[in-house]
Amino acid sequence: MFIKEYISEIAKATKSLWTGMKLTGHYFVRPKTVITQQYPDNRDTLKMADRFRGEVTMPHDENNQHACTGCTACELACPNATIKVITKFELTPENKKKKALDTFVYHLDMCTLCGLCVDACPSGAIQMGQNFEHSVYDRSTLTKKLNKPGSKIREGVE
Amino acid sequence: MYSLHAITNSVQNWLNARLSSTWVLIIESLIVIVLAIALFAALGLILVWLERKVAAHMQIRLGPNRLGPAGIFQTSADTLKLILKEGLTPDGADKFLFNFAPFVVMIVAMLLLAPIAFANGFQIWNINIGVLYISAISSLSVIGILIAGWASNNKYSLLGAMRSGAQIVSYELSAGLSILTIVVLTGSLQMTDIVQAQQNGWWIFKGHIPVIIAFIIFIIAATAETNRAPFDLAEAESELTAGFHTEYSGMKFALFFLAEYINIFIVCAIGATLFLGGWMPFHMGNWTQFNHVMDFIPSSIWFFGKTFFLIFLIMWFRWTFPRLRVDQLLNLEWKYLLPVSLFNLLLVTLIAIMNWHF
Repeated sequence: MFIKEYISEIAKATKSLWTGMKLTGHYFVRPKTVITQQYPDNRDTLKMADRFRGEVTMPHDENNQHACTGCTACELACPNATIKVITKFELTPENKKKKALDTFVYHLDMCTLCGLCVDACPSGAIQMGQNFEHSVYDRSTLTKKLNKPGSKIREGVE
Repeated sequence: MYSLHAITNSVQNWLNARLSSTWVLIIESLIVIVLAIALFAALGLILVWLERKVAAHMQIRLGPNRLGPAGIFQTSADTLKLILKEGLTPDGADKFLFNFAPFVVMIVAMLLLAPIAFANGFQIWNINIGVLYISAISSLSVIGILIAGWASNNKYSLLGAMRSGAQIVSYELSAGLSILTIVVLTGSLQMTDIVQAQQNGWWIFKGHIPVIIAFIIFIIAATAETNRAPFDLAEAESELTAGFHTEYSGMKFALFFLAEYINIFIVCAIGATLFLGGWMPFHMGNWTQFNHVMDFIPSSIWFFGKTFFLIFLIMWFRWTFPRLRVDQLLNLEWKYLLPVSLFNLLLVTLIAIMNWHF
């Protein structure tokens, strides 16, 4: 019957609207459900997710040694020429010439933080860092040298 | 019950003793103007802040919380920014109408303030056709919106204004019919009479289910008339950038923005007066003791409490429901709200004739 259908339609609509209002009302009366991070206030306790990609870093161990062989796989993998690996030749104890890293130049201002360089690295020398506060007053400070001065390649990394 | 008559009368007598009647009228009008503008400014600041806070908590956020405790000065800072901004008039716009439209919208909102009883004996104009006056003036605001949309010389503005026209013209009907149910029960169009008729209980409790249905229809129609989501087709950010006020900036935009919130306050105040007893405290039939305790709460607190409850309800709608399409909007009005409210009006008339209400 038409009238019955009409009324049941109104009842159904009212019920579905009430379902939605119940949900928003639930959140409204429970301030603890708030999920936003109060960022500048919680800087000290802020914990980023493990997979967060903030910047490219090169970890050094306590002997100031890194794992970069200067193979330039990251430079080739980078889609927008953010990385420039400058290599040099070092003499091994057996008096052989060996390719080694001289300077790892990282242009943070051109980086899209895609992480392809980290995936491409065969020796695990670079990682994505957690720091995301990158704003500076001078653009040239965004061009970084990732290997620390005087650092050497770790023994046994080929 | 405590009344503000004493204060208003003493001001009137004090002025009468010193000045001629013309000057008394002028000075009293000035006092009313100052009070109305102060109320508008305060309401604009509070309601925008409230809206942002309500929206934030419904979306599991915190909302403004930087400027002052819980961000209460955020809206003042925003207003300051809008005052300092340039009020741009586009080259292709109709200059006069473009600059005229915000004032039309604002003046209509101001006119609607006249018959509202804010507290016991505190009313600008106790007109004997108060309800008729309100329904007549409230439909004028669409003219301001149409002027704004037309004069902007912008397709988005015009589309938004046309939608707003279709919407307000149709929702006026069911809003008027649901207001009529209370007029039928009270037998008067005067705001004070309607409030006095609820001395032994508010209409929403006294009038059985038909008045509750009328109340729901009124709230839906009021949401539509103030162009708020889920009926915000006139603005529809995702479709029309900002609808009729796309081209407005600075203080002219702020006037539209303010008028929207003032209109919400006014429709909620009318809803509170008609269905929830206005400034009348919560009374239960013949429980003299209980009624007496309720009388101790000032009448203005009752009025603003009820009004803000309705405002919260409308904000709740806005942050829960998605926007309707224009055909769904007209379907809802002409196929559902209008027949239901017509039938409902018949029922209420029957109740009023047979004296079935409490």
